[in-house]
Amino acid sequence: MTTTFSRTDTSVVGRWWWTIDRLSLAALCTIMFIGCLLILAASPAVATRIGLDYFYFVKRQLVLVPPALAIMLAVSMLDMVSVRRLALVGFVGTLVLLLLVPVMGAEIKGARRWINIAGFSLQPSEFLKPTFAVVAAWLFARARARGTVLAFVPPIALWGLCAALLLAQPDLGQTVVLSAIWFTQFFLAGLPVILMVIGAVAGAAGLVMAYHTFPHVTSRINRFLDPDSGDTFQVDRSLEAFYKGGLFGQGPGEGRVKQVIPDVHADFIYAVAGEEFGMIACLIILALFSLVVLRGFAKAMRETNLFVMLAVAGLFTQFGLQAAIHMASTLHLMPTKGMTLPFISYGGSSLLAIGIGCGFALALTRKRYGRVDP
Amino acid sequence: MTAPEAPAQAAMPQPDLATASPPARADGTGWNLVQRILRRQDRGRTPVEVGRLRLALVFGAFTVVFVAIAGQLVNVSLLGGGVEARQLVARKPAPPERGEILDRNGQLLAATLPTTSVYADPRKVLDAEDTARRLHQVFPDVPLATLVERLASERTFVYVRRNISPQQMQRVNSLGLPGVYFQEETRRLYPQGPVVSQVLGFSDVDNQGLGGVERQFNDRLRTGETIQLSLDLRVQHMLRQELITAMTRFSAIGAAGVVLDARTAEVLAMVSLPDFDPNDPGRAPDDARFNRATLGVYEMGSTFKIFNTAMGLEAGVTSMSGGYDASAPIRIGRFEINDDHAKNRWMSTPEIFKYSSNIGSAKMALDVGAAGQRQFLERLRLLQPSRLEVPEVGRPQFPKAWRPINVMTIAFGHGISVSPMMLAAATAPVVNGGFWREPTLLRRELEEVPAGEPIMSPRTSADMRRLMRLVVVEGTGRNANVDGYVTGGKTGTAEKIGAGGYQKNKRISSFVGAFPLHDPKYVVFVMLDEPKGIRETFGFATAGWVAAPTFARVVSRIGPLLGVPPVDETTPEIRQIMAVTETPRPGGQRVSQR
Repeated sequence: MTTTFSRTDTSVVGRWWWTIDRLSLAALCTIMFIGCLLILAASPAVATRIGLDYFYFVKRQLVLVPPALAIMLAVSMLDMVSVRRLALVGFVGTLVLLLLVPVMGAEIKGARRWINIAGFSLQPSEFLKPTFAVVAAWLFARARARGTVLAFVPPIALWGLCAALLLAQPDLGQTVVLSAIWFTQFFLAGLPVILMVIGAVAGAAGLVMAYHTFPHVTSRINRFLDPDSGDTFQVDRSLEAFYKGGLFGQGPGEGRVKQVIPDVHADFIYAVAGEEFGMIACLIILALFSLVVLRGFAKAMRETNLFVMLAVAGLFTQFGLQAAIHMASTLHLMPTKGMTLPFISYGGSSLLAIGIGCGFALALTRKRYGRVDP
Repeated sequence: MTAPEAPAQAAMPQPDLATASPPARADGTGWNLVQRILRRQDRGRTPVEVGRLRLALVFGAFTVVFVAIAGQLVNVSLLGGGVEARQLVARKPAPPERGEILDRNGQLLAATLPTTSVYADPRKVLDAEDTARRLHQVFPDVPLATLVERLASERTFVYVRRNISPQQMQRVNSLGLPGVYFQEETRRLYPQGPVVSQVLGFSDVDNQGLGGVERQFNDRLRTGETIQLSLDLRVQHMLRQELITAMTRFSAIGAAGVVLDARTAEVLAMVSLPDFDPNDPGRAPDDARFNRATLGVYEMGSTFKIFNTAMGLEAGVTSMSGGYDASAPIRIGRFEINDDHAKNRWMSTPEIFKYSSNIGSAKMALDVGAAGQRQFLERLRLLQPSRLEVPEVGRPQFPKAWRPINVMTIAFGHGISVSPMMLAAATAPVVNGGFWREPTLLRRELEEVPAGEPIMSPRTSADMRRLMRLVVVEGTGRNANVDGYVTGGKTGTAEKIGAGGYQKNKRISSFVGAFPLHDPKYVVFVMLDEPKGIRETFGFATAGWVAAPTFARVVSRIGPLLGVPPVDETTPEIRQIMAVTETPRPGGQRVSQR
């Protein structure tokens, strides 16, 4: 591969090849490939159970993998300014869709999260996260450069708006991820420690409020804290799956967990991996995610442009947090929270949006040789 | 954003900052206070440097999270962390399987088999109609409407079908229906069916013994302990078969039988007819669940003369050569005591026994007296319920006030009711040399056999063996003779008490005996409840005609099985042991001389 492009090749692709983080790119492609394997393992059981074609989910997911990969590669070729512009445009577009969701969204399982556009059902909140990360980074960097308190108002308002829209769906999980991105960026942008403490208290208060306001949150947290209080069916089956999988797994297709957990192809796909492919495979998946995320943070630390640092940190926070919440949920380290495992769980919107997000991150972590950023 | 690496903010050429700073210094409140805090905590670092430092913290936090996930992954996958503990919380530890019940040779009498049941959680069933239809194809015996109704209910647990076959389990499994589950269950099985039913009793679906040994040893069985009984399944089988044959032949309403080891007091067989199938106890009528051998108490009639005669000999009021005048009935108050086989003359003790003389027996008992009689019967445990290991034990019935009339009737087994098991148990010491041992349904190893309580002299016991042999050789029990097994015993025919006194045609006909009498090993008791005479017995339904032959058939079958060597009774050795020396009483008359 290294011979494909000459060092002196100054075309867009040539320059891209020599400036991109090829290790992270390889890791991401591997994750996508594993995702294809696992969707093959997990989804047919779910599809037949709810009366769909055996390969219904497989087809729908695999058809979107090439576009997601293409989008990721294409976006990763953009320069910093273009990334910011694209993110801004995407963010505004997503925001419009998000506003439309309560009006024309389809209600599924008690929440309005999807919107139908030209035959595709789209989940705007997925696209909100990466574009929000870039836009918020830009606003924070600007505010930090100005150094005035007033300059911090726009990023705060931005978060308030987005969080409100997500909570209205209601989608607490996405709100938590979005808030975590924003809070991390705020923290990196010099949020005073005293305010951070206040923020943490406010966040905790928010969760307590959510606990008391949303019945499904109440029951999930209750179940986590006291397994006897309610039905812990899913997480029990999930833990059993890991245990049965052991070191090397039961073998592809030999798992049982996929037959008993309703949304296993989305929310518990890590457990399918554990049961059918074993602990070592799960550790490899974890290692790949860790590699991408930690390497991303390391790159951001070497960054000299505050916007880039904040954007990259925000994007990898999203990526890493989703992965961590998914894996921790299935392993009962935290209350069950339906969260997609990036590039692996079923979900077209998630797949494409993560592709865009990773494209942003790859674009922003490319080497910029002594160029003065605009 | 001109120069990210700009020097500390003091020298920053930012216009905003420059214009904002002076008023901050001027009033030192509001936004500018926050701004100053912001600037102070940067400690001269550029925003990028601050971000870099803080990013290190974020890096560290994510590292910790990923390591924690890896740790939990190893913990759950390899060590099962959380899995077992949560299962323990979820359901109680499975109780041990109910213990098995074996016969003395290890034959299975009761066992617990694992079975599978299908149940559903209707809340988790996606489509009740569809699920019901698919399940109905596997279980056509469960009506579709029933399945739909159950699956559409609001409950969280409904049975689809209990005790399914592995094949059905496979079919349900491959349907892959959400909300439909399997439950491991156990089922109590009695491979011998009704053969041991009265002894075993049965147990319900909740693993609770509801009768017989199952109930008596419920606690031990529940902990998974295996109970080995003293029963010998083969002996049990033979006794039951012969009793069924006799019961059918004489159209009796019931029958009971006991085979007891005379030396160890182990119960080798215990039958009560009619019996039932413990695999399906619900279908058994009440009468079939009534244990005539232990719960039923009956006036046994002349078999009691065994105890009466032993008492007389032991008390010394008479001897083998003694006797009583039986020439006239005894009148006491409005009662009159007669002999069925009246000889109307003086009778020796062996004659009184052999011909079953009520008059002679009554006089013998009067000589011993009420207190002595009562004491002797107490020693034979005939006045207290049996301590056999089943809950169904009957309380013996006897008069509270022990008047002379009672002394006399008890002498020939009237006015006192005991269970067949009590009678058999009391016969053992009479033949085994005089030692009482508590009968048991549990197998006793040789060293576990109790020494026994001596309740009569070996001499009395030896005399009684001779007398019992005499009954079979030339008395009322000739039909109980079995060539080679030196049997002996006593017949007993008693009229059952109904409305208005004794009923002529409703009898308890029984025979209690032992074999081989030159070295007694086994006591056998058989009893028929309300037998009817047939042509072959010339219409008689008395013990000598119905019970004695049944006893003989039982002995002729179990004798070889139990390893009792047949002997030639005509050899001088046996004849001498069994000989009744009817030496004439000084000044008395020989029977034959009259």
